[in-house]
Amino acid sequence: MPDTSTKIILKDNDTAINNLGTTFVINPYDEWYALVRALELKEAGIATDIHLITVGRADVEPVIRKALALGGDEAVRIDADSNDPFETAGYIADYAKFVGYDLVLSGKEAIDYNNGTTGVMIAELLDMDFIGFATDIQIETNTATVKREIEGGEETDSCTLPLVIACQKGVAEARIPNMRGIMAARTRPLKVITPAAVMPLTAVLSYEMPPAKAGVKLVSPDNMDELVELLHSEAKVI
Amino acid sequence: MSVIVLVEHTEGNIKKKNFEAVQYAAEIAKQTGTKVTAIVLGTLGDAEMEGLGAYGANKVLHVADSRLNELHARAYAKALTIAAKKESSQIIITLNDINGRAVAPRVAVQLKAGLVSGALYYPDTAKGFVIKKAVFSGKAFSYVNIMSDIKVIMLMPNTFPLSTGSGKAVVEKLEVEFGDKDFNVKVKSVDKVTGEVPLGDASLVVSGGRGMKGPENWGLIEDLAKELGAATACSRPVADAHWRPHHEHVGQTGGTIRPDLYIAVGISGAIQHLAGVNGSKTIVVINKDPEAPFFKAANYGVIGDAMEVLPRLTEAVKKFKLHK
Repeated sequence: MPDTSTKIILKDNDTAINNLGTTFVINPYDEWYALVRALELKEAGIATDIHLITVGRADVEPVIRKALALGGDEAVRIDADSNDPFETAGYIADYAKFVGYDLVLSGKEAIDYNNGTTGVMIAELLDMDFIGFATDIQIETNTATVKREIEGGEETDSCTLPLVIACQKGVAEARIPNMRGIMAARTRPLKVITPAAVMPLTAVLSYEMPPAKAGVKLVSPDNMDELVELLHSEAKVI
Repeated sequence: MSVIVLVEHTEGNIKKKNFEAVQYAAEIAKQTGTKVTAIVLGTLGDAEMEGLGAYGANKVLHVADSRLNELHARAYAKALTIAAKKESSQIIITLNDINGRAVAPRVAVQLKAGLVSGALYYPDTAKGFVIKKAVFSGKAFSYVNIMSDIKVIMLMPNTFPLSTGSGKAVVEKLEVEFGDKDFNVKVKSVDKVTGEVPLGDASLVVSGGRGMKGPENWGLIEDLAKELGAATACSRPVADAHWRPHHEHVGQTGGTIRPDLYIAVGISGAIQHLAGVNGSKTIVVINKDPEAPFFKAANYGVIGDAMEVLPRLTEAVKKFKLHK
């Protein structure tokens, strides 16, 4: 997906996004937290194999190689273009059913379409449990102990595997790939899978840019009474 | 036919955002010429449930199983799916919040329903069933068409102002048979931050960035937040430096918030930060650097040193409250 510093530019009558010159990256929640925690679990001898799965066309392969440079035993690209969470989850669940994973880690959401629904849908499709907004993951024998964000606090859950967990900050510390990893990534297998038959249930018809702000009204730092008055009588927010 | 809406509650109370969801469901029901059924899970008083009528609910289905007082997403999804089938609901509404995100996608899969998360407006039925939502964490909006017969909409909280009417909803019991696997995820412990306004629900937010210089100065942010009844937030560098807990981080890789008022103190306004907060209705920027990009996205700006401006603003709010 586009790097976080990308300025969004629309094209084709606002029906598409102009990706010319855009740097594509791994979804930060997937890379910084889900992938790194998976690597840690393997380093600790808890996980045996790590597969990195993505849905996309051949043009996403450089991004997958970057992920493999951090680690992982093999990468899987499901050869489809999907913008519907049900469709994406359907492709991944179909492949996951075939392999039979004990633990599926995802980011808490993708930073492009901000759905945060694919992980839960995979869990539902595979009849698995799901814990979202995780901030800490520990696995012992066949049980996961997961800290997760709740409204106004934190909760610790436990659940037996198999399990899908959506990760956010706290789960792991981001890593930077080193030269050895980058070299090794070139030789690690990247499988291309033909997608299962899944029909999308939604479609993006068009985009719109947020309205430009009318311009900032400056208030003197010596006159905070005026600011409070503006917030009360003009903005009507206090 | 009906629109069905999941209504959550904590400690016997229903929150404002859940009323908003009912009101949203009622408006869609009006547009589509149908009625609203709310579903309530767990222990809640009849008066609270009947009161949903004031926001447009005609009927409340109550699954009075006390195990549902805490979130068990599979059980919640099962109850919601059964209720939707019973009511022949074509439209299912939840909030786009932590619990909604654990439940709604399961319901969507069970009913083969297209789902839109983070809805910001009512569906436009002129060209299908098209819903506006924010994408790229608020850098743009998209219009998403749901093509399936049954539709699931997750409403972004704090999108519509709340208006109360009158009326009482009819409460009906709904029996749902749950299995062991609906309760596989066990809650071991809960650690709630008390005395603070939860960030996701807050209509007023005071946020600090690197310009606050260090965690020792956060008392100034907290004083203002306390005076306003606001939640506190921070920018990514602040969370990364562990000056503040990470759940306070707002921006493209942190939380996305849409309060009525966002006061940004000592935050320069990088594009990633703006993405998480530019849905705020009013933005105030306090920064000593007049070139800070955040001023371009602000409604009100104060060019000055946060250490001096913050105590003055807190005083001004105090004075305002006294004379109100």
